[in-house]
Amino acid sequence: MTFIDWVSAPVNWVFAILGAVVLFSGFRVVTSRNIIHAALYLVGALAGTAALFLMLSAEFVAWVLVLVYIGAVIVLFLFGIMITRAPTGLDEGLSSDQRVLPALLASGVFVMMSWASIDAFGTQLVGSVGEPVPTEIIGDSLFGRFVIPFEVVSFVLLAALIGGITLARRDLSPAEEEERSAV
Amino acid sequence: MVEMSQLLFAAEEIHAGDGGWWADTAGIMLVLPFVAFLLILAFGKKLKYKGGEIAVAALAINLVWATVLLLMNANGGVLDQTTFEIGHIGSGLVFELGWVVDGLSILMFFLVNFVGLVVFVYALGYMKDDVRVDWFFAAFSLFAGAMLVLVGAPNLIQLIIGWEGVGLASYLLIGFYWEDLDNVRAGNKAFLTNKVADVGLILGAILVGVSIGSWDFGAIDFAAFEGAPELAAVATVGGLLLFFGAMGKSAQFPFHIWLPDAMAGPTPVSALMHAATMVTAGIYLMARMFPLFEYMAQNVRIVMIVIGTVTLFGVGLLAIVADDIKKVLAYSTVSQLGYMMTAIAAGGYTAGMFHLFTHASFKALLFLGAGSVIHAVHSNNMSDMGGLRKFMPTTFWTWVVGALALSGIGLSGFWSKDEILATMGEQGLTVVLWISIAGAFVTAFYMGRATFLTFFGSYKGDGQPHESPRIMTVPLVILAVPAAVAGVLNIPGLSLPRLGNFTEWLAVRLVPMGDHHAEAINLGLAAAGLAAAVLGVVIGWLIYYPDKDTQLQRDSFEIPVLFPLLRKKYYIDDLALGIVALIKGPLARLVDWTSTYVIDGLVNGVAGLVKGFGVFVYDTLDQRGVDGVFNGLSAAADGAGSVVRKWQSGRVQQYAASFVAGALILVVLFVFVI
Amino acid sequence: MLLSQFLVLAAALFAFGVYGLLVRRNIVLILLSVELMLNAVNINLIAFESVLATPEAIGHVFAIFVITVAAAEVGIGLAIVLMIFRNRKSANVDDLNLMRW
Repeated sequence: MTFIDWVSAPVNWVFAILGAVVLFSGFRVVTSRNIIHAALYLVGALAGTAALFLMLSAEFVAWVLVLVYIGAVIVLFLFGIMITRAPTGLDEGLSSDQRVLPALLASGVFVMMSWASIDAFGTQLVGSVGEPVPTEIIGDSLFGRFVIPFEVVSFVLLAALIGGITLARRDLSPAEEEERSAV
Repeated sequence: MVEMSQLLFAAEEIHAGDGGWWADTAGIMLVLPFVAFLLILAFGKKLKYKGGEIAVAALAINLVWATVLLLMNANGGVLDQTTFEIGHIGSGLVFELGWVVDGLSILMFFLVNFVGLVVFVYALGYMKDDVRVDWFFAAFSLFAGAMLVLVGAPNLIQLIIGWEGVGLASYLLIGFYWEDLDNVRAGNKAFLTNKVADVGLILGAILVGVSIGSWDFGAIDFAAFEGAPELAAVATVGGLLLFFGAMGKSAQFPFHIWLPDAMAGPTPVSALMHAATMVTAGIYLMARMFPLFEYMAQNVRIVMIVIGTVTLFGVGLLAIVADDIKKVLAYSTVSQLGYMMTAIAAGGYTAGMFHLFTHASFKALLFLGAGSVIHAVHSNNMSDMGGLRKFMPTTFWTWVVGALALSGIGLSGFWSKDEILATMGEQGLTVVLWISIAGAFVTAFYMGRATFLTFFGSYKGDGQPHESPRIMTVPLVILAVPAAVAGVLNIPGLSLPRLGNFTEWLAVRLVPMGDHHAEAINLGLAAAGLAAAVLGVVIGWLIYYPDKDTQLQRDSFEIPVLFPLLRKKYYIDDLALGIVALIKGPLARLVDWTSTYVIDGLVNGVAGLVKGFGVFVYDTLDQRGVDGVFNGLSAAADGAGSVVRKWQSGRVQQYAASFVAGALILVVLFVFVI
Repeated sequence: MLLSQFLVLAAALFAFGVYGLLVRRNIVLILLSVELMLNAVNINLIAFESVLATPEAIGHVFAIFVITVAAAEVGIGLAIVLMIFRNRKSANVDDLNLMRW
């Protein structure tokens, strides 16, 4: 497929716009000097990603992304930022001074992965935007073939829950321990 | 190597029995004293007489065998030898130990055991309340055993073993009172003088033994008798060397110097060892080797006669000026040994041995009597004595018996000395004969002097001396008997019924001795000897009998020039000391120099080398080399570590960066390269 | 739509995430960068699923798992950040270098 062909398909324009949004947001996440802005830019990146998922017929996953990721995780992040009393304004010290080596490494990673991808999948086409994958299939799969990973992941969540509570609990003074256990 | 059977075959010509069971078990005499030695050392201290009882018992048992064998020999002769092969020396020479039983050895067995027993009993009383009595009897028993080993020796090697043994015992007993250094010096003098002479003995023994291939006396006797050429070749030199050895033990001039000093030992020791037995070992050796001298080494005999004569007269003179009563007897002993040696050298095998026999009894008697006197007045010197016959009658009368015997006036000494004079006359040794007669005069003179100074006159000391206890006087009486009557055993021409006479007893040897025996008394010589002796007593009486205020005044007779020379003992002692000092000084300095510069230098040099090498190894090899390598290695590891360590900065992002970089590299590697 | 375009996009996002991981000093921002990387992975999974169209929608299921685990991880991660902040009064990762040589 040539570039002309690619450009002439409208679905690719949508992709280009969404891709630009995602990339820009991602870029701002890692370079923003305002920590709240960085978190919010991540929201943008995630939203763009959800839209891309919709394009790829992954409707369920897209909405899960929005609900869980943006709805809970980012909120959690904001909570974390607040609790750690990060300066909410401009903060020059958010990024390290040594940026050359990480940039090189990141570029290396990008180059290597894209080269591998293009080299391997060259002109593979994704199917056109069509019917979304039925949630029913995902459900069957989740409780069928992948029921054990499903259970394990639920354990992980449980562990995270308990662990989070335990870790984040304020250390009680002996007097308060007494009081609490007496009750 | 001459077979024993051959020897016994020869012996049949001499009509001797083999001694039966007694001869076969005679070895017990050699062993018992050593057993006594050990027992005394183990238990002696606990006994009443501190072990003396054990010593006496051992010799008493021995005396049984000795007496039986003596009687058997008198009644038909005993000739036997028992040996046990111990080993080989070289390719042919056999080393044997055992005992020989023939006329000569039986006599010596009897002598040693009898006189020894008497002296031991005497010593029980004499040494009472003295120091180290148990050690005294132990060493004395040791001596007795060694002496018996010597006289019972069937070969030269065992004889030498016994010889050295008595030398050791002599050393131990002379230096018995070692708290006084002079006594120790006397012991050393005796031992060293003997040792110088022993060189001759050992060399002579080797020479003789190697020449005929055996040290066995029977073999030597046989070889000498048969005129074996191998023996004849070495006979003169060997005989001379053996005589040299005998000179030391029997105190012949000039080796006599140790005997007077040996009087430092307790009196019983002087009585037994230095009068009757040990000093007679040299005479015994000459008698044992008599065939060699009689049939082969006649030239040596001239030397022996000269030395023997010088000894008998020259040393006899020394007794005239001695103040110590024991020294008088000591010089007398040397003089009498000279008589014996001269007699044997002149061919008087029987004469010499007979005089040895009689001399043993009367000289031991005289010594024991002197001991009794010394015990009473607590001094050895005649200047502290005088008039003792009133206080000590038994001692006095037994002394008189001994003195008369020694002087040759009647009694046993007369007969034995007469036999010697007869031998000399027979051999035509006129000069020697006249000197011997003069010697008889001197002997009587000094004995008279000793007797008159000691027992006559009046006692000048404090208090009252008293007679010795019975345990000491009884032995005196016992010894007086043979001193008096032993002469009858060898009256020329007389043979006792059933017992025979001394000559016959002594002749029981493997080969005929070929010595000459007188068939009748030579009245002329007998008279001459007797006259000389009586003259000596008379003149002595004239000079020394009168009493004066002090003993020294009584003893004031002086012959100018002679007496001072005698007091200096002919300067022989000084000569010996000078020789020793001469050798000692430069030699000791040379040895010291060698030790310090040569030997020490060598050792120090080697030590220095080793030390230098050690330093090299340590500094260079170990410190710089090995340590350097290891230090370098560790420094390298350390340096590398401190560089690599910086990686562990604790900063997670750095770890993450490394992680990513590593992953990249790996992926590139796996995808594009491999 | 080419498959590669999605993959390249995901790769770029991933690279941004790596950069952020290595450069950011605030721990929360580092966690944010990690989320970015996980997101990129999700894009990859969905893209491949849409090509492969497996009967059990494996790609989708895995993407859900990834999201779930990411959520759990954020929970714990922030709890830890909280503790660190309580102890050190700082959320600067440069200060957390006790496990150095």
